[in-house]
Amino acid sequence: MTVYRLTVNAARVEVDVPGMRRLLDVLREDLALTGTKEGCGEGECGACTVLLDGLPVDSCLVPICQVDGAVVATVEGLAPNARELDPLQAAFLETGGAQCGICTPGMLMAARAYLDAGGGTDEDAIRDAIAGNLCRCTGYTKIVEAIATAAGGPR
Amino acid sequence: MPDLTTRTEPPGAVVIEPGTIAPGRARGVPPLRREGPEKLTGAAKYADDLVFPGAWFGATIRSTDAHARFVALDLDPAFDWSSVVVVTAADIPGENIVSSIKSDQPILVPIGGEIQHHAEPLALLAAGDRATLRAAKAAVRIRVEPLPPVFDPLASDHVFAAYELAAGDPDAAFGAADMVLEGEYRVGHQEQLYIENNAMIAVPSDDGGVTVHGSLQCPYYVHGALKRGLGMDDAQARVVQAETGGGFGGKEEYPSVIGLHAALLALKAGRPVRMIYDRHEDIAATTKRHPAIVRHRTGVTRDGRLVAQDIEVVMDGGAYCTLTPVVLSRGAIHAGGPYRCPNVRIRARATRTNTPPNGAFRGFGAPQVQFAAETHLNRLAETLGMSPLEIRRRNVYVPGDTTPTGQVLRDSVAAEEVLERAAEAGEFEHLRARHDAARVRRSGSGAVPGSALRTERERTASGVGLAIAWHGAGFTGSGEVKLASVASLELTAEGRIRILTASTEMGQGTKTIFPQLVAEALAVPYDAVELAPQDTAFVPDSGPTVASRTAMVVGGLLIKAAKRLRAGVEMTTGGTFAATYREFARSHGALRVDQRFEPYPGVGFDDATYRGDAYPAFGWAACVAGVDVDLDTGEVHVRDVVAVDDIGRVIHPILAEGQVEGGTLQAVGYATIEEIKLRDGRYLNDRLSTYIIPTSLDAPRITSILVEAPFAAAPHGAKGVGELPMDVGAPAVVAAIADATGAWITDLPATPERILAALAGVPAVAPLPPGASEPATPGTAR
Repeated sequence: MTVYRLTVNAARVEVDVPGMRRLLDVLREDLALTGTKEGCGEGECGACTVLLDGLPVDSCLVPICQVDGAVVATVEGLAPNARELDPLQAAFLETGGAQCGICTPGMLMAARAYLDAGGGTDEDAIRDAIAGNLCRCTGYTKIVEAIATAAGGPR
Repeated sequence: MPDLTTRTEPPGAVVIEPGTIAPGRARGVPPLRREGPEKLTGAAKYADDLVFPGAWFGATIRSTDAHARFVALDLDPAFDWSSVVVVTAADIPGENIVSSIKSDQPILVPIGGEIQHHAEPLALLAAGDRATLRAAKAAVRIRVEPLPPVFDPLASDHVFAAYELAAGDPDAAFGAADMVLEGEYRVGHQEQLYIENNAMIAVPSDDGGVTVHGSLQCPYYVHGALKRGLGMDDAQARVVQAETGGGFGGKEEYPSVIGLHAALLALKAGRPVRMIYDRHEDIAATTKRHPAIVRHRTGVTRDGRLVAQDIEVVMDGGAYCTLTPVVLSRGAIHAGGPYRCPNVRIRARATRTNTPPNGAFRGFGAPQVQFAAETHLNRLAETLGMSPLEIRRRNVYVPGDTTPTGQVLRDSVAAEEVLERAAEAGEFEHLRARHDAARVRRSGSGAVPGSALRTERERTASGVGLAIAWHGAGFTGSGEVKLASVASLELTAEGRIRILTASTEMGQGTKTIFPQLVAEALAVPYDAVELAPQDTAFVPDSGPTVASRTAMVVGGLLIKAAKRLRAGVEMTTGGTFAATYREFARSHGALRVDQRFEPYPGVGFDDATYRGDAYPAFGWAACVAGVDVDLDTGEVHVRDVVAVDDIGRVIHPILAEGQVEGGTLQAVGYATIEEIKLRDGRYLNDRLSTYIIPTSLDAPRITSILVEAPFAAAPHGAKGVGELPMDVGAPAVVAAIADATGAWITDLPATPERILAALAGVPAVAPLPPGASEPATPGTAR
């Protein structure tokens, strides 16, 4: 066991765990942040996507030893407070971008990274940005619409 | 065809002023998804997110043989078994049966019993931590005596179910037909691939009972299975749905197996046990869409009118019966497609093979047979030199037509409307003419396939394809009458309005449309209507959340319940319900209405003769798909799809479109990339890196158009939407591939290998039936 220090959603945390423990398990089980989901455990589905120093990663493929000192953002950190959604979440709610909701946290984080990098309303660019996040419910149509809405209003 | 995804307002939809009552009609601004905020903030609790202090982790020991005698379970004496709980068939307190249509599937194969498929559950383990559990699994050895397996559903003599439908005199009609065409079509397994794997957590209770929390579609299916397998009464067995990350039929019957396993471990361990499948186990062990072989022989007149259909459907049920008879029944009834034909013979059977059991998946037998029916009709049109649109115009059902079960289609028949709207919005005839010209140009152009000199433009062929389907709404035949579902509505003593049903939310919108329908019927705000949790301790049995029945059947019950509740309150108070219900509750206490299903007037089906109204109503769907085919690599890109669906009444346009868009993409995956490979009865590609589903880049631009042909016997006119789009996507894509290349793909999926083989005019693979495996390789037996 080793002590690792990281910042999660603006809070400094310290965990004493084996170095190869998956970031996903640290978030879900050690920090009780169950918003991040596991869909396949092998980096195919993107349900466990979080931002690591601002970039989207599959947290099932990241051992905690690689995260020491890093800044991690999860879905729990998106909304400004418990009673309010941020514009990206609100866009998902209004357009119907979330159905069963299991891919949604990862999808939101991939979309957040896209928007933070200055991504716009171009449909091809949005589809490219979420190509690592599988959704089985929506056909992606309304997810793309939601991200475009958040990027600058309706297309 | 439009490039951008657009949303089309449903035709005839009326914007209703708030406060007026018109159940089921779309309002101008539909309410937001009820549980949406929790899902968007990460607060929603799916099964694996639930914390039960002291819970152990459970695992399943599975067979590695397709067919064998289970001789012994050896536990390594060197391992410390004191920290592990082991459950075998001998520990089952009730019947060793997973309760379903037939009593053929054991919860665990007993020692001495027969293993019927690879990955079949043999024993269960639980431990306090994952490392101990892993070590325990490695210390278990299974001893078996191999038995000869059967993998070919055509060769299997164990028949789960068989149906025969007949009308007119097909043999005489074939003799009189101007042309007769035969064809054989094959479809393979499809995995539901919900993104949340199957997961159940069992918690023992003080009364000797057990509560199971999990990811599931049908609380009362699991409840019934627990009672029977554990020998419990109604109160001892309790089932609570956790937030469910997709179902698509894959969480219809299998949760009974996992719920029983978790409960057996929890009861023996005396503590909560978590049974959370990983993706590999979920794909390897849980149900798939039934593979099928469908043979058509069709007689037509010179002007393209169907005069005789002879259809044989064989489905591969896998090792146990599960819901196969009902899947087959729906398949048989839909096998001819939505076409009038006076002389019909449909023979359908489902047989047992030594492969994991197949079960429910969106469409439930209809996508398989309608892929065959539509592709066969397109080949008929091609042979006759007729447009695919024109041959459909001449044959689709219109009001007054009779189906093969003798059902007269009286109202709510929208085949012509969905067909014309799809053809028009998809610019079908215009694009087809353009592709015809391109095909002619290509032949004799001198461009050599595979040549480096060939430009991308030369090697890309575009095509457009059209398909239409019907889909019976709700349970087949007398199913709804037998279910006798109950939905309840309660005005609590505190003055709250609460819906009580067992209908589950799995993304499709139950928790949004139910309060919407009730609020409209009571003329109260949407937010004033609450939902009780899907917990068998509180809610009545509203039937399973399957068969596109929730909006139509259970939604209809709730509207009736709301009308009764409203009348009860208004009669007493003399005011409107909205103005007086709180006062009523204060002075009179709670009021509850239990609404039980009653047969729709004039709808009847005879199970013995298999004649009558197979469904109270049908939904109708058509779609036009546009594809690009790379003639060098055989790759298909489905560019765009126009999907037109008649769903009776649109309750919530955004949710309904979501169903159409998601179903369309599942159908595109079915058509192009989703395939299970088997060897010795084992799924070879049982991971998400090898079983692939469409990403955002593979997905076409989908335009959904909702049509409303209301079902008069439902108070809101709704017919259901979930499964309809699944029926049309695959035949439309395959027709588009044929339009691009001139080659017909008759085996799904249309992989590059199959397309290149079809272009070269050679068989793509050795002609093994789907579900069949290569024979066991000599020398690999243990």
